[in-house]
Amino acid sequence: MFELSLSQLAARLAARECSSRELAQQYLDRIAALNPSINAFITLDAEKTLAEAADADALIAAGTAGPLTGVPIAHKDIFCTDGWRTTCGSKMLHNFIAPYDAHVIQRFKAAGMPSLGKTNMDEFAMGSSNETSYFGTVKNPWDTTRVPGGSSGGAAACIAARMAPAATGTDTGGSIRQPAAFTGITGLKPTYGLVSRYGMIAFASSLDQAGPMAQSAEDCALLLNVMTGFDPNDSTSLEREKEDYTRDLNQPLAGLRVGLPKEFFAEGLNPDVAAAVETALGALKKLGATPVEISLANSRLGIPVYYVLAPAEASSNLSRFDGVRYGYRAPEYSNLDDMYCKTRAQGFGDEVKRRILIGAYVLSHGYYDAYYLQAQKIRRLIAHDFSEAFKVCDVILGPTAPGTAFKLGEKSDDPVEMYLNDLYTIPANLAGLPGMSLPCGFDALGLPIGMQLVGDYFSEAKMLNVAHQYQQVTDWHSRMPREPMAQYEKALLEKTINADLPSKPLGGTLKI
Amino acid sequence: MSLSTDDVRRIARLARIEISEVDAAATQTRLNAIFKLIEAMQAVDTSGIAPMAHAQDVAQRLRADVATETDHRDAYQAVAPAVERGLYLVPRVIE
Repeated sequence: MFELSLSQLAARLAARECSSRELAQQYLDRIAALNPSINAFITLDAEKTLAEAADADALIAAGTAGPLTGVPIAHKDIFCTDGWRTTCGSKMLHNFIAPYDAHVIQRFKAAGMPSLGKTNMDEFAMGSSNETSYFGTVKNPWDTTRVPGGSSGGAAACIAARMAPAATGTDTGGSIRQPAAFTGITGLKPTYGLVSRYGMIAFASSLDQAGPMAQSAEDCALLLNVMTGFDPNDSTSLEREKEDYTRDLNQPLAGLRVGLPKEFFAEGLNPDVAAAVETALGALKKLGATPVEISLANSRLGIPVYYVLAPAEASSNLSRFDGVRYGYRAPEYSNLDDMYCKTRAQGFGDEVKRRILIGAYVLSHGYYDAYYLQAQKIRRLIAHDFSEAFKVCDVILGPTAPGTAFKLGEKSDDPVEMYLNDLYTIPANLAGLPGMSLPCGFDALGLPIGMQLVGDYFSEAKMLNVAHQYQQVTDWHSRMPREPMAQYEKALLEKTINADLPSKPLGGTLKI
Repeated sequence: MSLSTDDVRRIARLARIEISEVDAAATQTRLNAIFKLIEAMQAVDTSGIAPMAHAQDVAQRLRADVATETDHRDAYQAVAPAVERGLYLVPRVIE
């Protein structure tokens, strides 16, 4: 069952082969068996999940179900969820229960998709390995001594280990795409402004964008149909007509022009990754695509620009965490100012503090023009390179990350080394373009490799079409890591979980 | 350019983050490595380039000047560290 696509799960529900409650219970059982070794979830609440699933069953029974009603989903812990704890991976919000739902959550609730829980992430989405989470690192299901990528590491790991069929993620500099690549799943960051940021805890507001993570491009298209749409509560939300992102999935690729940025295949790229992307290009050519060499000359400036803009915006956004209205407050302080300083020193982790300090510096008197303004100007140059490229190609293909999943702890002491992971993903965020990662092979160690597609503004349907056609002729996206499967089967044998009694409630034992 | 420990203490003060002497030194090393990365930006000639804030260059929307929010005080204060009679409690600021 865990290999089924979202439309297959929905078809089972529609045919009454199983109930949403039974389906949710199956996933909760699998989570109970696997999560202790993966740590993909920060908060689980079986009672709430099953209650939401029962609501979905009522919709199905009443004949008012939508395309995904009853199919469960896991939400990144950056989305405010009414009644569920929302921590953003931080001690600062370790006890925060949001009094409202994020717009994305509202949409999935309206679609009748029960929540399986809140997934682990780098603290305030600042990280590329999920090692900055206050709630512990997430382990990569393909090799539990390695990172799953970040910041949506929990979301990626739970899809890879098939603990959830769908998940939400967010991407400021690669936080959907890089973990998708590291864990062998498919993830898409939409055009900036397509998905509302309302209720999504802000990191860098001009870059943050939520998107779907799942096994395949087809699943991502279905989830994107739910997530997108204008929201007056987000001042950067775009007013556009609703699209059906599945509409072009089955279009042939004949005549497709695939842009290959020479800068993305240069020094520093792992040869296994380069070879896998080359092979994928071969598959696309067989499907009728033509490669076109392009240049994104300013993309090398992506990382410097990002590490000015994102910390600057973060230092402003995170000033709200002061221990007054919500979240952590230091236990001892001498006056109000001391309360702020101690609360923030104790509530934030090292990486978050570093970025706040960089932001405070580049925005401080006398430095604004040299840093923030200069970065915003180069941002336009980077966006311009893309718009020139899209005059000669329909979609850009390259690696998602320079390498595959690295060892836990390998880069956590060297921020600069960690930042270089997002070399190929950051430019799309700076330009506001849609980007996606999909699996295209394995390296010599058996670790998944992801390739990245970047499309022009609002060309998500085209990108999903390319990815779906590729996934019709390859099976990388349906490969599952062996270790979690073996663990799950062992748990079934030892009867520590009861997959054959799907309606048995788990009670509160799963609450973390 | 590189930051001194005084710079680190100054920005930590601006950001309202308490920092010890030991942490200031360690932070200085890390931040300087990051600023070295950022320096690559300074050599780029950007004269005549307009800064870019939003990819679509959209203007801020305006809405009608009417109250749309209802009272959520109880729900919002339920998650606050310290409240009393509908007010957020903080240490005394006015003697």
